[in-house]
This record gives sequence, structure tokens and C-alpha cells, in this order.
Amino acid sequence: MITKRIIPCLDVRDGRVVKGVNFAALRDVDSPAALAEYYTDCGADELVFYDITASAEGRALFTDILRETASRVFIPLTVGGGINTLDDFGRVLKCGADKVSVNSGAIKNPALIGEAALRYGSQCVVLSVDIKRVDGEFRVFSRGGRDDTGMEALAWIERGVAAGAGEVVVNSIDTDGVKGGFDLELLDAVCSRVRVPVVASGGAGSAEDFTRLFESVPRVSAGLAASIFHFGEVKIPELKRKLRENGINVRL
Amino acid sequence: MVAIIDYGVGNLFSLRSSLAAIGAESVVTGDADEILRADRVILPGVGAFADARRKLAESGLESAVYRCADSGKPLLGICLGMQLLFERSYEFGEHRGLGLLRGEVVGMAGRIPPELDIPQIGWNALHKTKDSRILSATPEGAHVYFVHSFFAERCGDSLAATAEYGLELTAAVELENVCGCQFHPEKSGGAGLDILRAFCGMEGR
Repeated sequence: MITKRIIPCLDVRDGRVVKGVNFAALRDVDSPAALAEYYTDCGADELVFYDITASAEGRALFTDILRETASRVFIPLTVGGGINTLDDFGRVLKCGADKVSVNSGAIKNPALIGEAALRYGSQCVVLSVDIKRVDGEFRVFSRGGRDDTGMEALAWIERGVAAGAGEVVVNSIDTDGVKGGFDLELLDAVCSRVRVPVVASGGAGSAEDFTRLFESVPRVSAGLAASIFHFGEVKIPELKRKLRENGINVRL
Repeated sequence: MVAIIDYGVGNLFSLRSSLAAIGAESVVTGDADEILRADRVILPGVGAFADARRKLAESGLESAVYRCADSGKPLLGICLGMQLLFERSYEFGEHRGLGLLRGEVVGMAGRIPPELDIPQIGWNALHKTKDSRILSATPEGAHVYFVHSFFAERCGDSLAATAEYGLELTAAVELENVCGCQFHPEKSGGAGLDILRAFCGMEGR
């Protein structure tokens, strides 16, 4: 039986991990490759590198660290951030990424999803969507959650999947950073509309939040989080043991 | 020396890196002579069956694959590369495969329960169905990473392991020197490296 996936997300700027990390076991705590290796040993099922670099120099550094990471870590690696063109897909896939997540770039140019799926296969096209409730509907936001696009989120996700996205990451702006749990209502709504795997993001504050996620919305394939893993508030081996104790199938 | 066949399909960086990690020398090549000189050969692949099949034919490497298989050299197909080894595929039409193994490739849609996602993406447990060399170092129930919407069925004697996803889906096959993994050993952590190590230790016929 397929297992539920636990996915740490690392924000990378100018080739270094952004958020402070506090692990006794690691000396070079802002090295993406070292952290990736650490998480892999902890039992992470996949990793996401999110490139928040603004400059071209930073971009080049990012592909360098991506290559280094992919030569040391043998679990799936998704890259997001600054993906606007087919060339951007090619650039990171060549350096060892397995999947590419596209967000604002697909909002600006929806054809990008289909073109990327055609060239590289649906399996590597991840549609990432930042969603916030506005006037009683789920609304898509772009540019890191700053701009209201006016688009209804469920329709946008359906369209993206129809165009060839092989996986959807649902980031709830309403629950993000609150640490009060994932946005179960939103996730349930998305899962009832598409048949590709859905990854939940935004709101995890404890191991119990992951249990509640997989129990309440059994269709969700994976839970993604950043700071709670980086700050050691939730440790992946313990999290997976607790999930297993609660009858949720995970890889130990 | 392991030759990884480069026919313009997929991302070979991780495969190369994972072979390096287990100390196996490898070369990514589209050169038939180089492929034939190697001790063992990997046929990778992602994307659509028909497209990959056409590229393999157009690259002129199809005959190199047949000659490797005939010579008794260990040959490993990975993901779509495994699916190409069978007789035919019904992915968007009907397409002839390499026919090195008995069986055909069919879609999950309509065959697995509707509550399961398509593609299958994630880690699933292997159930070994026979003793095989490729899984000689792999314990029953080991988790490996899958990404696929189509699967091989009616594989007969070659079936070496399945993974349960609504159905018992073909996960690994082996018949003499020809073997295949539906999952990605190069993305399956330590369990995947064990499988690549077993392949690199396989003797030819």
C-alpha cells in the first residue's frame, strides 16, 4: 500500500538555506546539501527546494547547490521558485531536480503547464497554488501570496490538472504561519475535484496536525512543512512513528 | 562499466550519481559501440511510451538494446524503460514494444478503485513473488519510489515483485539477464541503492 509522504521544504537564497536551523548534529546548518542529507537520514520522503533568490548570480548558485544535493541525496527532489519558462524547467531538471513546481509563472502564462507536461512529462509538473478565502470563495493569490488574482482556486486547479499537472501543492494562506493545523476544509474541497496527488501545505504546528490531516482528508497524499522541521519542533522520525501508531501508513 | 542509454528521454543525472555513490563506473551514452562494450546496460525513460519508442528507434539504439539482451549482458529497464521491454503498450493507442519480455502495458484508469490517485506517486512496499538476482539484497516489504500511470501485466515468468495499489501492480521483473523496475531505484534512498548494487553484481549469461 502506498504510504503518506512527509516533505520538508527548504527556502534557499543565494545558495544558502534561509531560515535559521538549530540541529546539534549539524555544523554547517545553512548548507542545503547538508540539510538535505540530514532530512533524508531522518526519513523525509521527498524534499522541496524553494529558490527565493532575486538575482542572476543567486540563480547560478542555486543550480550549483542543486547539483551538489542531487549527487548526495537519492530521494525525490522538487524545485520551485522563479519558474516562468520552459527553459527554467530544463535548467533545474538538468541539475538533478525530479519535479518542478510552478506557481505565479503558470498564472501569468497558463500554457506553460501543458508545454512543460508535453516536453518533460506530467510526472514532473507540480502545480503549486497559494489560496486565501475572499468573499466566501477560495481565491488564487500570486507573487508569494501578495496579489489577489481574482481567480477561483478550485477551477484553476482543475484547469491546471487538465492541462497536465501531475501533482498539486495546496498552500493555504489562511492557515500558514498560524501553526493551528492544516486547512482541512480547503484540502477536502481540492481532493474532491482532482484525481492527481494533492500535497497539503500551510499550518502544521505539531505531529497531531499531520495525524488529523491524514485522518480527516484521507485523499491527501503528503504533508509539507518548513519551519517546524527546521526548528526541531517536530522531528520526522517521531512524527512518522506517531502516524504509524495512529494507523496511518508511512515509510519507516 | 555501466552504460546508461541516452536516447533523449529523461533526466539521467540522479541515475549517474546513484551509481557513483555505490562505486560503480558509468557512462551516459548514445553511442552503440560504447553501449556494446559496457559490462551492463541501463535503459532509462520517463514520459510517454510512443514518444520514447520512436526516439529509441530514431536514435538507432534499438538494435544495440537487442544485441545487449542477446549477448547475455545484464540489462535493466527503469520506469518507462522497463515498460519498453514488453510486447506492447496501450498508452494512448496501441504501440509495439521491444518484446524482450512477455506482457503488455496498460493504464490504471478504470482498473484501480476510483479513490486512488493517478498517477501513483510515492513510496510503496515491494512484495517479492519469486527469487530474483535484482532483488537479492532487498527485504520483503522494502519501500521504493514510484511515479507512473501505466503498468505491465501478464508478465508470466519474469514477474519478480509487485506493489499493492488497488491491484497487485508489477513492480520488478527479471528473466535471465533482462530485468526491470517500474519504480525508480535512483530515487529510493538506501533501498534503491541496494537494488542498483545487486544489478551491478549480476553476472552475464
